Amino acid sequence: MKVIVEVMPKDGILDPQGKAVQQALHQLGYGEVRNVRVGKRIVLNVEGSDKTIALKRAEEMADTLLANENVEGFKVHLAGGKA
Amino acid sequence: MKWGVIVFPGSNCDRDAHDALGRILKQEVRFIWHKETELGDLDGIILPGGFSYGDYLRSGAIATFSPVMNEVISFAKRGGIVIGICNGFQMLTESGLLPGALRQNHSLSFICQEQPIRVERTDTRFTNQYESHQVMGIPIAHHEGSYFLADNELKRLEDRGGVLFRYCSTDGEVDANSNPNGSVNNIAGIVNEGGNVLGMMPHPERRCDDLIYHSDGRLIFESVIEEFASA
Repeated sequence: MKVIVEVMPKDGILDPQGKAVQQALHQLGYGEVRNVRVGKRIVLNVEGSDKTIALKRAEEMADTLLANENVEGFKVHLAGGKA
Repeated sequence: MKWGVIVFPGSNCDRDAHDALGRILKQEVRFIWHKETELGDLDGIILPGGFSYGDYLRSGAIATFSPVMNEVISFAKRGGIVIGICNGFQMLTESGLLPGALRQNHSLSFICQEQPIRVERTDTRFTNQYESHQVMGIPIAHHEGSYFLADNELKRLEDRGGVLFRYCSTDGEVDANSNPNGSVNNIAGIVNEGGNVLGMMPHPERRCDDLIYHSDGRLIFESVIEEFASA
């Protein structure tokens, strides 16, 4: 099964990449765009069939390695499912 | 003193650190491959600069889980001297030995330049050979060097005098104009509460030989050696 981990910079933390993307979008004429944030999407192909365990372990992985809690938050969900 | 320089796949300042400690400062020094699980008899450890694991995921994040890091972490927790430079500083924050995180430079550019930094304290084992508020040019070379710490923790760090180096102008002015990468409070280097773990983005090992500009960076290592000898 596929577990998705989405890692985003925490609210209130300056995201220079998001800022640069936003500037570029404005230059392209998409002036309505505000507060762009750029994060990461990590796709885990996991063996086993127990979804609860898979999600719990993916949370552990995010806590330990995939996200840095000082500056990033994360969400874990199954592919196709809701966060 | 007996020093170990940890070598990760992608480290590229390990030899500079070895050269500074061995050839210039006449210390006993050896390389330690990241897969080793025993450090042997050591008094100090350098986590060198570079791009361990290609900076994948986050700079320093994957190196933190290299086999040798368990030993480095327990060495540090026993009070052993650990100096993390650039990528090494990133590993120290990732492993939780130092607070905060190093994020992308606000300019989004890789910055490689001689950067004035100011010594904030001279009563530590890493800075006792400097003059009060001495300003020195030390190279920085990083893309993720913007130090971040949430406000409440930042206050705690500042209150305990954890900041040892700040980015400044050539005359020692610390302000937004002299901040190359957007670090909070112009922070360039910090020490842990125990006073035995130093992390800094600038590269003092590149300024240890008078043949290459000047040797002001050497005083960091000489401070440690001096304190060790008198302990």
